[in-house]
Amino acid sequence: MIITILYYLLVAYVVFLMTWNILKSKKWQEEVLYVIVLIPFLLRLLRLK
Amino acid sequence: MLRKISILALGLALAFFSGLSFYRSRHLKEPVVLGPGVTQVKKLSEYFPAIKGSTNDANVYVLEGAKPGGAILILGGSHPEEPAGRLTTWILTENATLEQGRLFVLNSANRSGTTVTRLGGAYPPDYTIRTPWGEQKFRTGDRWSNPLDQWPDPEVYIHYPSRQELAYVDIRNLNRAWPGRPNGTLTEKTGYALTQLIKKEKVDIVIDLHEAELQYPVISTIVAHQRGQDLAAMASMVISAEEFKIDMENSPKALHGLSHREIGDNTDAVSLLFETPEPFLDATRGRTDARLLLEGKDEFVVRAGKHGLLYEKIDEKGWPIDVRVGRHCSTFIQVLDLWSQDHADKAVVMKNVPKYREVIQKGVGAFLHDPAKADPKTVYYE
Repeated sequence: MIITILYYLLVAYVVFLMTWNILKSKKWQEEVLYVIVLIPFLLRLLRLK
Repeated sequence: MLRKISILALGLALAFFSGLSFYRSRHLKEPVVLGPGVTQVKKLSEYFPAIKGSTNDANVYVLEGAKPGGAILILGGSHPEEPAGRLTTWILTENATLEQGRLFVLNSANRSGTTVTRLGGAYPPDYTIRTPWGEQKFRTGDRWSNPLDQWPDPEVYIHYPSRQELAYVDIRNLNRAWPGRPNGTLTEKTGYALTQLIKKEKVDIVIDLHEAELQYPVISTIVAHQRGQDLAAMASMVISAEEFKIDMENSPKALHGLSHREIGDNTDAVSLLFETPEPFLDATRGRTDARLLLEGKDEFVVRAGKHGLLYEKIDEKGWPIDVRVGRHCSTFIQVLDLWSQDHADKAVVMKNVPKYREVIQKGVGAFLHDPAKADPKTVYYE
């Protein structure tokens, strides 16, 4: 259970990093890439997949 | 900034619609209309309270005959993406009656595995069986428990209690988790709960229903623990002579975690595992859709057969679900008949279950009942 919670915290951190990168990026291609990477982490964080 | 907001909004929209699809699939209700033979519906947690309220607190349908006899446990959904097993248990719960003995049926032995499809596998979320009254939808499921219920996987899975090293992902595979562990993962606890059921109900035979890819050598067969070898061999001979070809295999003594090995080793029950062919599982398959799951037709698997790469025949007719379910039904009936002939005091006499030819002739859907027309008290959900 503790390991699972730690993994969810890691996922939340990646979601935060991806969102931060989108906001800081200056190229639209990178922003699209960050969004694509963000989706599976977001779905796991919301316990949808 | 407007560009960033637009890209982020597009991503969130994608996440929303895909998430909605996953949520709906996970919560799809699969009705079971209790047949006249069902006398009780228990929960698996009655045998092991630690799984109460969890995804795997499955329904246990109990069918009892007027005359005392033996006890049989039949498991569908150990690997939910092998639908012939689950559909066979639906036929049993909705149609079978018992004259003697007791039958315990689980339509979703690993219920968690029914709520997810293979990551990256492009599986259909569900499939539909046509019936005389309409259509009934079932979750496709996967071989492993849902990561939402058990996550993360370890680097190496050490099976309990043998300490054998197995593939890491198989820590979520119910058929690598037998006999289970009371303080283990959800999948191990499920195995433990089922083992407790077998012990407490003094089950004589456990039958685990599966399907296999045609490139896997253990196919179209009954895998038997050494205490079930005679029964399986006799069933194989009789069925092969009268209905269809089916082999018999011995359960390897050194491969742990499987039902046909661990149930026989850890309980008094005889353990058997039935396999039918399922081209949907073959690595060389083409489009992985519900049609392939139900019709079992795939040109690439046929081509693999022409190159001698398969352990079972396949042609343009494929392996339809009716044929696969019919095989499970007939094999089960034959095993019960042979067991009952040799164990009069522990006989289990079952009626109203179709055999191979009848299932093919009428289709699986002919044996599913309309939940809308049934007494709501007799409708349960998986």
